[in-house]
Amino acid sequence: MNNIFAVAGIVLRELYRRKDFYVLFILTVLICLVMASVNFFNDAKIVRYLKEICLLFIWICSLVIAITTAARQIPSERENRTLFPLLAKPLSRTQLLLGKFLGCWLACGLALVCFYLFFGALAASREHHWPLLNYLQAALLHWIMLAVIIAFTLLGSPVFAAPSSNTTISFVLVAFILVLGRHLNKVALQLPEPRRSILYGLYYCIPHLELFDVRDLIIHNWPPIAWPVCGVAALYALAYASALLIGACLVFHRKAIN
Amino acid sequence: MRSTKLPLLILVGLLVLCFGLAAWLDLWFQTWQGNRTQSADVLSVLMGDSRRMFANHFFVKADAYFHSGFYPTVFDNREAFQTPHMAEDSGTVGGRNQGDETSFLGKPRDWIDAFSRQFFPVRHTHLDEGGASGDLGGSSEVREIMPWLRLSAELNPNDIRTYTVSAYWLRERMGKVAEAEQFLREGLRENPDSYEIMYELGRVYSENKHDPAHARNLWEAALHQWQKQVASQPDPDRAYKFLFVEITSHLALLEEQQGNYPQALAYMELWKTRSASPDAVQKYIDDLRHKMSSAAPAPATPPQTSRQAH
Repeated sequence: MNNIFAVAGIVLRELYRRKDFYVLFILTVLICLVMASVNFFNDAKIVRYLKEICLLFIWICSLVIAITTAARQIPSERENRTLFPLLAKPLSRTQLLLGKFLGCWLACGLALVCFYLFFGALAASREHHWPLLNYLQAALLHWIMLAVIIAFTLLGSPVFAAPSSNTTISFVLVAFILVLGRHLNKVALQLPEPRRSILYGLYYCIPHLELFDVRDLIIHNWPPIAWPVCGVAALYALAYASALLIGACLVFHRKAIN
Repeated sequence: MRSTKLPLLILVGLLVLCFGLAAWLDLWFQTWQGNRTQSADVLSVLMGDSRRMFANHFFVKADAYFHSGFYPTVFDNREAFQTPHMAEDSGTVGGRNQGDETSFLGKPRDWIDAFSRQFFPVRHTHLDEGGASGDLGGSSEVREIMPWLRLSAELNPNDIRTYTVSAYWLRERMGKVAEAEQFLREGLRENPDSYEIMYELGRVYSENKHDPAHARNLWEAALHQWQKQVASQPDPDRAYKFLFVEITSHLALLEEQQGNYPQALAYMELWKTRSASPDAVQKYIDDLRHKMSSAAPAPATPPQTSRQAH
């Protein structure tokens, strides 16, 4: 376990040394502040459009951070020739992969804390109330979803030749699930057999990342979701993340390092 | 050491060439019809006429906000959302909605579908009725639709319903009469023949500014424009009839309030010709005739009741 935490620590330090997060965070802050300065019919209480824009940027930035950070972990170790010395130590490939996963996930969690604090401050500046429970729930669900994405990207690392192809494919698949995942069953029901069964099968197989997108509830001030429901969703995501990580370990074990 | 004169000369030559080309092209560019720099609007400079394609998207987005996010996607049954509810509720357009607006999602198709409904809005609410909280005191939250309506108007200044719908909510629920009037006048500048905007502007003067003379002028102008644009058509559809009924009924009731009974009667006759319930209008006419014969001034029916006789 210590080995896993040691590798995770290195990944965490890498995040705050690199400029990606700072650039994305400052960009989000600047765009939101510019949007906040727009005057709509002299009404200073209008806030939901601002919450929507801010949350959209938070989602985009978190996906960029998660996918790009996870995609470069194994290839960069290989390119810098640090993979051999790492594995020469008493560190198994599974521990390395789990450490990388944990590091990326914690790094994303830290980034999300900053982003959601800014979001909360921005919303409170206009709404004058702070539904902490709702924000906490949204951030937690968001973070748990990122575990699935990180695990998926890590699975792609030993499979795809370059980190760029892994990043692109991960982005396309995640965007597809987020946009269409909820509606695949409706489309399937309108198709003739056997396409219906194939699409419905795909609907059941994909990890439903859109479940964790509770932006509409936050933007429009709906009451928080029941905690047991959140717990089931977390189990669902962690099951997928575990399956993907096991797959990644199996592929990584069989892959020749050089 | 190699001489630097030749590269410098080439550089100066290229700069002179660039300057000359820019000066020559600028004259042509200023007279070119596709030149967007004449517009001070950032969106029109960036997107040109393609921006109109996105205007409807933002109008629908405003309606999604009106429902606090409970809104059908392209994959859902949209029969009950043919006319945006924020437009229908404002009384500025006729409705074409059918079916049950609360159950476009239908029954859950599988366990994922059932489970996913915990994570997005699944209750039909309107912002002017309190929205997600259901608190009627918060009905001014309808303000949240305004940024998208403003953006829709920026993208397509010729989409008239954007002005009329925005103006209604601005003056009715946000108490911003001056802003509503300003926005309508902006719309009228872009669409000088719009009877819809004239009618709505008349409502601002009648209901908020209590200036019947101004309201009459605007409604008469609206009626004139309607007759010019629509009356020649063999079968004006429901949306056009709706506005005709609105204009004539408001004119009739305004004239009645002002004591101009013959004029009010004339407008009521017009109103009856296209009303969905002519019997109800006939009752107004009979009442007015009775009032005229008794010649005793009595308090008039407020204009808001006119919609009952549609």
